[in-house]
Amino acid sequence: MAEPMVERVVMTADEIRRALVRLSHEILERNRGSTDLLLVGLRTRGIPLAMRLQRYLAEFGGGAVALGRLDPTLYRDDLDRRQPRVEPTAIPGAVDGRRVVLVDDVLFTGRTVRAALDALVDLGRPAAVQLAVLVDRGHRELPIRADYVGKNLPTSRQERVTVRLREVDGRDEVVLVSPARSPSGAL
Amino acid sequence: MSTPATPTLTDLEHTAQPAGQGVPAPLPVAPPAPESGWPGRQHVLDLDDFSAAEIEYVLATADAMKEVLRRPIKHAPALRGVTVVTLFYEVSTRTRVSFELAAKHLGADVVNITATASSVMKGESLLDTAHTLRALGADILVMRHSEAGAPYLVAEHVACRVINAGDGWHAHPTQALLDLYTVRERLGRIAGLRVVIVGDILHSRVARSAIWGFLRLGAAVTLCGPPTLLPAGALPWPVEVSYDLDRALAGADVVMALRLQRERQRAGLLPSLAEYVRRYGLTRERLARACPDALVMHPGPMNEGVEIMPEVAYGAQSVIADQVTNGVAVRMALLYLLGRHAA
Repeated sequence: MAEPMVERVVMTADEIRRALVRLSHEILERNRGSTDLLLVGLRTRGIPLAMRLQRYLAEFGGGAVALGRLDPTLYRDDLDRRQPRVEPTAIPGAVDGRRVVLVDDVLFTGRTVRAALDALVDLGRPAAVQLAVLVDRGHRELPIRADYVGKNLPTSRQERVTVRLREVDGRDEVVLVSPARSPSGAL
Repeated sequence: MSTPATPTLTDLEHTAQPAGQGVPAPLPVAPPAPESGWPGRQHVLDLDDFSAAEIEYVLATADAMKEVLRRPIKHAPALRGVTVVTLFYEVSTRTRVSFELAAKHLGADVVNITATASSVMKGESLLDTAHTLRALGADILVMRHSEAGAPYLVAEHVACRVINAGDGWHAHPTQALLDLYTVRERLGRIAGLRVVIVGDILHSRVARSAIWGFLRLGAAVTLCGPPTLLPAGALPWPVEVSYDLDRALAGADVVMALRLQRERQRAGLLPSLAEYVRRYGLTRERLARACPDALVMHPGPMNEGVEIMPEVAYGAQSVIADQVTNGVAVRMALLYLLGRHAA
């Protein structure tokens, strides 16, 4: 192992839930309802987040919103360095003319979203594409921003943001993992 | 709260949340999968050195590739800038075209070479040809050769990634992987299945690779054919051997018929073609001895009316067309996994 790291919880289960509730309201408000809306979760943790948003949208009067999942791996710009596992993409119906909300856990460099946008336009021509993320940790390397942000989290590049979700990890929390000697990692 | 009429992901649908419950159902996606199912393999020469986990990893990757094949525009740019050369010293339709399409669907540059239209005719050696192709920029060499072991020689001496597309009687690993993919797609599993491979096992690279693959994933394999067309002596695999197709088929889940090459009869290995057909041809009556939903497979090209009857080859239980389609997805998976770094 390299140097020791410490974890600090930056979002509790309750805060995650409240953030998603707020995002759902924002999505309904911005799109004036949920007509033609299509939620697309980015693997891995964007998928359960999209499922939760789908449920909240239904609860808040948005009706039944379609849900798909997308793996942008084949569109990554770093495949010359590694070949990550690829998972199937599955979008119900055509993308054409729909208002697509991409859902991911953490927005960092923006490269995953860039790849996802390329993947999406290969599938059709959406009427609009929006981006919802649970955490925006900054450090963008591309001109990409989120339309809906659960929490803006200032970080250093040496830190890691880990999102844990019940469906995948058994519990809900967002933690900031920092090198033990860095000031923000101090408890 | 429920979402009956929504076009939802079918596999997410049956975990639809119970109304009013705060607890979501478990997610049907695999939990964060280990990224390490593929141990940095450089070449695909046979299946004998593949672990079960590695085979499963290829099949899972092929699942993702199959989604790309279902799109109106069958293209994803994962291999942009990669040069794939198919070097075929033997004739082929489906395997060569399948590799070419697989590489093109992933955005690679593809060059096809057949021995008869290259400097091979001027006496250039295999290694010289391969070195030349590497110098021309080939990253991945897909090769078929009539001599067993030829791809191993190239893999050892040339700084390319090598995929064996068939070498002599020895191996045809991509065919075996597409067979496994097709069976798993139709029957949902491989483990515990009874697989009968019937025909000219002795000269079949398809059979040799398929046996490794099916055994590794836990199927039971029976080889069936006339004694002259079965490998002599102790076999390297724990398989059953039968000379009686009717008996071998009882309870079979998968029946794979192999191509009978006519020259085998001229070589004196068969008394007569008619007798072969009578004893080993896959007819509808024979197939009825297998499980009711048994799959019929054939690696192609078929001799209809010899090893397989047309009504079986194009019948409800046949997955021969699926094999061809799935071959593209499996080869896309392998090309993607071998990747773009020069070896």
